[in-house]
Amino acid sequence: MPDTPPLGGLLSREPVIVATGVDVLAEAVERQAAAVRRVAWRPPPPGAEHDLAAVLGDPGHAEADRRAVTRMLSARPHLVDVRPAREVLGLEPGAFLHAGPPIAWDRASGPLRGALVGAMLLEGLADTPERAERALAGGAAELEPCHGRGAVGPMAGVVGPSMWMLVVRDLEHGGTACCSLNEGLGKVLRYGAYGPEVIERLRWMGAVLGPLLRDAVRRHGPLDLVALMAQALQMGDELHNRNRAASALLLRELAPDLVAADAPREHVAEALRFVGGNEHFFLNAGMAAAKCAADAARDVPGSGLVVAMARNGTDFGIQVSGTGDRWFTGPAGVPDGLYLGSYGPADANPDIGDSAITETAGMGGFALAAAPAIVRFVGGRVPEAIAATRRMYEITMAEHPALRIPLLDFRGTPAGIDVTRVVRTGVLPVIDTGIAGRRAGVGQVGAGLVAPPPNVFADALRALARR
Amino acid sequence: MVVNEVVLLRAGVYRDSVTLMRVSRALGELPGVGDAMAAMATPSNRELLAELGFAVPAEATPADLVVALRARDGDALDGARAAVDELLAERPPDPAFEVEPPPLTTASAAARGDATVALVSVPGPHVVPEAMDALAAGLNVMIFSDNVPVEQEVALKDAAARRGLIVMGPDCGTAVVGGVGLGFANVVRPGPVGVVAASGTGAQQVMCLLEEAGVGVRHVLGVGGRDLSPRVSGRSALAALAALDADPGTELIVLVSKPPAPRVAALVREAARRLDTPVVPAFPGGDDDLTGAVERVLRALGRAVPEWPRWEAPHGSPHGSPHGSPHGSPHGSPHGALRGLFAGGTLRDEAEAIAATALGDLAAGGHRLTDFGDDVYTRGRAHPMIDPALRLAALAREAADPGCGVLLLDVVLGHGADPDPAAALAPALAGALDARDGLAAVVSLCGTPGDPQDRDRQAVALRDAGAAVFASNAEAARHAAALVKGARDA
Repeated sequence: MPDTPPLGGLLSREPVIVATGVDVLAEAVERQAAAVRRVAWRPPPPGAEHDLAAVLGDPGHAEADRRAVTRMLSARPHLVDVRPAREVLGLEPGAFLHAGPPIAWDRASGPLRGALVGAMLLEGLADTPERAERALAGGAAELEPCHGRGAVGPMAGVVGPSMWMLVVRDLEHGGTACCSLNEGLGKVLRYGAYGPEVIERLRWMGAVLGPLLRDAVRRHGPLDLVALMAQALQMGDELHNRNRAASALLLRELAPDLVAADAPREHVAEALRFVGGNEHFFLNAGMAAAKCAADAARDVPGSGLVVAMARNGTDFGIQVSGTGDRWFTGPAGVPDGLYLGSYGPADANPDIGDSAITETAGMGGFALAAAPAIVRFVGGRVPEAIAATRRMYEITMAEHPALRIPLLDFRGTPAGIDVTRVVRTGVLPVIDTGIAGRRAGVGQVGAGLVAPPPNVFADALRALARR
Repeated sequence: MVVNEVVLLRAGVYRDSVTLMRVSRALGELPGVGDAMAAMATPSNRELLAELGFAVPAEATPADLVVALRARDGDALDGARAAVDELLAERPPDPAFEVEPPPLTTASAAARGDATVALVSVPGPHVVPEAMDALAAGLNVMIFSDNVPVEQEVALKDAAARRGLIVMGPDCGTAVVGGVGLGFANVVRPGPVGVVAASGTGAQQVMCLLEEAGVGVRHVLGVGGRDLSPRVSGRSALAALAALDADPGTELIVLVSKPPAPRVAALVREAARRLDTPVVPAFPGGDDDLTGAVERVLRALGRAVPEWPRWEAPHGSPHGSPHGSPHGSPHGSPHGALRGLFAGGTLRDEAEAIAATALGDLAAGGHRLTDFGDDVYTRGRAHPMIDPALRLAALAREAADPGCGVLLLDVVLGHGADPDPAAALAPALAGALDARDGLAAVVSLCGTPGDPQDRDRQAVALRDAGAAVFASNAEAARHAAALVKGARDA
């Protein structure tokens, strides 16, 4: 062990002081020409101080957090396969997964209901939307969160047994996570649309795209998603609302193996055209990669690391490493952003989707400073995007070792949300999001930013304090 | 009758107690404004506001800021209301690209570079997160805050010990590391003496008297007033003694504390015995006093003991010179009891012990010495060394009490303290002394000529107000007791 000076060099080094509290004391030190770094401290909400003291005063807490976040950031998610949900998740007919914390039909919002209706039609469990809705209202289907099965789904996140899933494996810790195939923009199931063109596209994805991708991925071998995301980030993606570079990179990786398939040329051409025409095709792979990393950090006793943020269109929920599978929920907010065409805030559904797993793992809103091209789309200016990312460093435990932001001198993205820091600072995670129409069947109406309800972090902190 | 008053509620807005004191003072100085108080709506501040006759909205929580105003007329009230927002305004954020926003937690600040110590002065219930942040990042911590539960203190000190660090405090008012004063600290030359102090003002008295004798102080490690209690059992004092022992520039260590519990005293004595560096205990309040301890230090170092400075007004003259007559009193012989109004707890304890020796049973004689730096006076407001309001109010009350014959006050200078305490105190003293014959005032002035307030200028201002001023707190207490006794024996 190296010989360290007593008290970390307090008596031998030039003093450098962090000052937290009353300004007059910091000023007194500054007047002595000493180096002072002031903390812009503010008190947490009344009552939280006891929970904070209990959690942060626990001698093992810092080590628990360090272990959890190290596991998250050392994950090596690779795309390894593409398979139907019934095979890879064991999903039975009549069972559906959905985004966010658990919810039943009676509290489900328009887009989630619409997506479930579409899934009933796709799975052949109903022949008209009306009959599908009646059956769902009568409890004909089993609903379960994606997160409970090691999966994630964007927006409504509805997954039926026949839908094909990207299979991502963490080669470091051995975990697996799945996400559906991205349908593109416009009238799509994940935004709650269930018209004939939606069902037809899903059938094509199941019959043609899924098997082609499966063969290509298997021929390619495990595809390193972190390396791909690191490149995309430096090409202007924040990997939630902008996946243009990542989608192109993924297609570039898989195209030779798609073409090499023993399949009709027109099918290969359709698949290439579909994937190449969908700027969000990568989103689902990125989400599965984020889920893989976050799941590696689960169940570390005492850790306040957030391992899931997800919304079902009614509730916003989080899960925390030290509190197991318990969801802490609050009302989902309506995103603040820009609307397509003549849509406006009155048409917007409350926040929905598992895609906030990207923010959970240090991407999306946390990486806004890497994506100046989209800041106007989410209603801001470039300095605000940089400020948003910088603000996230205040509530995160670490910086991502691979995802680095050129504009911040290649600093790693803020990664690993700390519930204690969210409660202490009042700074809420910034989440990029699409906006779904509130009526079933409408689809996407806009995109923007959304914040979680503050109570979910305070509640998780309380539960952690009582463990 | 029109009532020209209002209580404004700023929900969720937080400012620290010193900032709010400044805002209150600025509002109170506006033309036509009577009472003005800006404060967080804590239970104790609610009580203060109620005493001032203001009704705080029921929905206000301790996380909300309230501003109570009472004015001569509607125009003055409007003027004060208009000034509130400007006075409470925060510096606007810098829009520049490359400027990093301020850190919001101690952890975030510590992550930005190789700091050595965190100075934590948030309200007591909020200390643990900030202190643990610092320790986890490898920083030592000085906790200026009081009102921290003792079990949290023990847990923090154990966490520090596991990392080879020290927690100075809670309720640690004074430290000096590498020549930089943290909290309340006087400007002294560097030198061979190291101080371990369970008492901030005790440490200040020691460093000021050593400075007066030409002996410098290298480091002052505060440990907090409870460190030598049976419960905390000297956890930080032992760490500080070991660190100073290992410091090649420290030739002698002074350990300042009120007399510790016997078991802890034995523990510390045993630890001190094993050190290579001699340790001089300074435990005022019993048979010992700080001035005596400093004199022992000087003798141990082979240095001469000087005559400690005093400034007394010559009899009958409002303008005197230092080292004047020790029996001078410009307002006739005092009659009545001793009333001590202190900002420093240890200075109060020392004065009380000296007064008790001279006067016998203090309570029976109506003598009373109060420490306005005690937890009960600082919950939700600034320390009296920063905010003189509570003590000035007490001064006015005591001066009006015919049973009070001698006022004894401490004035503590140095970094962090009121930039000009005599500015408020001298007129208050002069007013009190002029208003009543038979009242005398004695000031224990703890400071150095190098302090930002300039000790000698403060001394002259207080002397000119009619007070007898002493650099040694023990001498001030003896003088005050002698005045009371002289009157009683006459």
